[in-house]
Amino acid sequence: MEITVSVNGTEHKLDVEPRLLLVHLIRENLNLTGTHIGCDTSSCGACTILLDGKSVKSCTILAVQANGKSVSTIEGVVAADGTLHPLQEGFKENHGLHCGFCTPGMIMRSIELLENNPNPTEDEIRWGISGNLCRCTGYNNIVKAIEYASAKMRGVETASTEPQFV
Amino acid sequence: MPVQKCVALKPLQPNLSSFKLIYQLIQSNHMIQCKTSKAISGMGHSMKRKEDARFIQGKGHYVDDIKLDGMLYMDITRSPYAYAKIKSIDISEAMKVPGVVAVITGKDLEKYNLHWMPTIMSDTQMVLPTDTVMYQSQEVAAVIATSRYAARDGREAVKVDYEPMQAIVDPFKSMDPASPVLRTDKPGKKDNHIWHWEVGDKAKTEKVFAEADVVVKEQMHIPRIHVSSIETCGCVADYDKVNNHLTMYMTTQAPHVIRTVIALVAGHVGLTEEKIRVISPDIGGGFGGKVPVYPGYVIAIAVSFLVGKPVKWIEDRSENLQADSFARDYHITAEMAGTKEGKILATRFKVLADHGYTDAAANPSKFPAGMFSIATGSYNYGTAFMEADAVYTNKPPGGVAYRCSFRVTEAVHAIERMTDRYALEIGKDPAQLRMDNFIKKEEFPWHSPTGWTYDSGDYHAGLQKAMDVVDYPALRKEQAEKRAKGELMGIGIATFTEVVGAGPSKDFDILGIKMFDSAEIRVHPTGKAIARFGTKSQGQGHETTYAQIIAEVLGIPAENIQVEEGDTDTAPYGLGTYASRSTPTAGAAAAVAARKLRDKAKKIAAYLLEVSEDDLEWEPGKFFVKGAPEKAKTIQELVFAAYTNFPQGMEAGFEATHYYDPPNLTFPSGAYICVVDIDKETGGIHVRRFVAIDDCGHIINPMIVQGQVHGGLTQGIAPAMYEELIYDEAGNILNGTLMDYLVPTAIESPKWETGHIVTPSPHHPIGAKGVGESPTVGSPPSIANAIIDALSPYGITHLDIPITPFKVWKALKEKGVYDK
Repeated sequence: MEITVSVNGTEHKLDVEPRLLLVHLIRENLNLTGTHIGCDTSSCGACTILLDGKSVKSCTILAVQANGKSVSTIEGVVAADGTLHPLQEGFKENHGLHCGFCTPGMIMRSIELLENNPNPTEDEIRWGISGNLCRCTGYNNIVKAIEYASAKMRGVETASTEPQFV
Repeated sequence: MPVQKCVALKPLQPNLSSFKLIYQLIQSNHMIQCKTSKAISGMGHSMKRKEDARFIQGKGHYVDDIKLDGMLYMDITRSPYAYAKIKSIDISEAMKVPGVVAVITGKDLEKYNLHWMPTIMSDTQMVLPTDTVMYQSQEVAAVIATSRYAARDGREAVKVDYEPMQAIVDPFKSMDPASPVLRTDKPGKKDNHIWHWEVGDKAKTEKVFAEADVVVKEQMHIPRIHVSSIETCGCVADYDKVNNHLTMYMTTQAPHVIRTVIALVAGHVGLTEEKIRVISPDIGGGFGGKVPVYPGYVIAIAVSFLVGKPVKWIEDRSENLQADSFARDYHITAEMAGTKEGKILATRFKVLADHGYTDAAANPSKFPAGMFSIATGSYNYGTAFMEADAVYTNKPPGGVAYRCSFRVTEAVHAIERMTDRYALEIGKDPAQLRMDNFIKKEEFPWHSPTGWTYDSGDYHAGLQKAMDVVDYPALRKEQAEKRAKGELMGIGIATFTEVVGAGPSKDFDILGIKMFDSAEIRVHPTGKAIARFGTKSQGQGHETTYAQIIAEVLGIPAENIQVEEGDTDTAPYGLGTYASRSTPTAGAAAAVAARKLRDKAKKIAAYLLEVSEDDLEWEPGKFFVKGAPEKAKTIQELVFAAYTNFPQGMEAGFEATHYYDPPNLTFPSGAYICVVDIDKETGGIHVRRFVAIDDCGHIINPMIVQGQVHGGLTQGIAPAMYEELIYDEAGNILNGTLMDYLVPTAIESPKWETGHIVTPSPHHPIGAKGVGESPTVGSPPSIANAIIDALSPYGITHLDIPITPFKVWKALKEKGVYDK
């Protein structure tokens, strides 16, 4: 099937099998390998992207369903001049990642989370990312990373990124 | 309170709070000190990770990101039965699928004698079966195709005719001499027993138990679980026929050993070790699950070798959960003997280890039960006996050391549960009982009754700190008030000792290769460096911490030190990353190699400054003449001179390599306290607080250490409350997908409170001990102890993990709590 998809602002005309998953279109056809695959049951969220601004698990959507729509992946998050998105900065500053495999999905999910709720509580953040699994970090620093980005995007002072020991 | 933050560079103002701060630092003597400036960022600095730039921008390079010209894709047909004869395999329909180029069965591999492979534990494992399948989801046939989708279509079209047989799932039944023999492939095998292991003084232990006032006993199961790293396993095998050369990109934590293993297995077809390059790219979590060699890797190599094209195999999540190495699955009969007053006298542990179809554990060769013998714990007593028997069943093979230094998790669970069980029996506070039995800090090195020499520790300080942070007396008071009202609240303690950093060559090897590790440092003329290691990070942050170790010794900014691992063509040989061994071994190698370079720099400085070496003093980043600090040479100047102006007779260049053979293991410890509230009506468990005080010796990067502890704690609450691989009587896995295998999300994961004390390892070059696994080891028993503590007024003394709301409810119901 012929489809037209805009990915990170660039329009692509593609001829795809009807059964092709969107995640495979992104990874295999467009070579955007920042979007990862961590499961086969839509459980882990490593493949999360934005489809017309909404965070979705791209392993659960057929490529043809993205026809005429706009897709954003992790590769499109950094600004053209190389400035990191506040979430990317937040993850780095707060040690919100270890192996990095879940990170793109976490960041894409969090972009929509902060768009809908610019100043979330810790609980709202935890529920907001509960469709994304991380096996390395124990989530504490991911929550901190999102809080950091939230503060920065709202123009208020970010909390210390030093590790707090008791 | 961030009192342990690097404070050396900030003079304290003399106000009250600063005095308090100084007092606390002196009291604890456990502060992190930074000898280097932030610009250098040696040890103690929470340097932001160097590797993060690529990961946060989607530029990590994982194995499934590799795409080579002409690459073929492999998918694997798996057995629906746990135990069955294969009557026939019909590949004709699969071969008709557009894009399918080959279907490989065990019979095909048999022609090249590649249908069997050895395990790390010197057992044997089928690569592909020729006549029998031994566990559900076992590999049966491999389909090779031009696309991922065609390979999957082909896999579905392979028709296998099975004759199912009665599986043996229960390890106790399997040990029964009347049970049918499972490993009929082993000539002369008359039972399902794999090995027996024991340590300690059996006669003495029996005598102490016979004469003791108090003996407590529990039967416990440490459940079969799975590492479930978010990236599954996979590879791209790329055999170049013209040059007879194999490049193997694979998810491995130990690339160098893998290269040797491939050479040993495939040498007979001409693939000798110099013709093999193993590349371990970025790895999306390992946790021990990426140490073994799985059949998929071997089949991919065989196919690439036969067809001369690159072959990619990436397993999906369900295959990963259902067929790759499990962890734990120890059935333990645990006993402790003591006095009425609370002095531990002896312990006795009897283990039945369910290894599934084959012993595919990843232990050092001489340790079939890993380091289970650390199970005497942090306590001062002289008598112990431990034994283990391993057994085959019709379940997937394993078990790997999941974020655990080879069965230490099982050992710590046994000793920490029994310590609480004993305290409950004699009515003594479990914290006080621990304080009374701890090995004292002046008693190190401590010789344990099972043969270990603990290097250092301060268990009293650790537990006291944890108790101070949670306000232990206030919690006990609150608990008493709640109990009076019939409410369930529990406080659980675990004070564990780990044994990591394998290991000294006299005892530790894998397939005969001693468990040293290595570092090679090359400093370029302009004073910037590249350093390569025999280990392989899977998220631990080696690119940052190793750079900081070198920066600490050489004074070259960590920012200017590039760290590389995972390519066997470039990195020095090492045994890899698992068992918390990277800092204890390769980290030590980095420090020693850097010291060799600093010695060389000193000689050059003496030459350039025209003084004797004895007249020189070092401060991070430069040598200067004693008493004349203006006469100095920076490390960058000295490195430049090593290429441009070195003394006659000195070897040019500025490079050093070291292979570090540790004189002893390291013994990190921790004191964890968990507070739970339990809903009596539903059994729902809420972890209200969790305080983890770790002692991993000198800390290289506090931010990374804390991050490791956070992650390990969540991987500890997982088996304590959520995760277990469950099989039915026919050997069918009941939760083989992430929809029903409950990996904790951000909701289940509590807000962890972390802290530390520091007792440096006396034998490690930088006094470090390793930390990655302590939290996984220490948290399950502290959570279990908290839950049992909450339920103990009703006569409940033990529940097996994972302790679910249903288990709690059922236990309370059995005790008649709901009968009123």
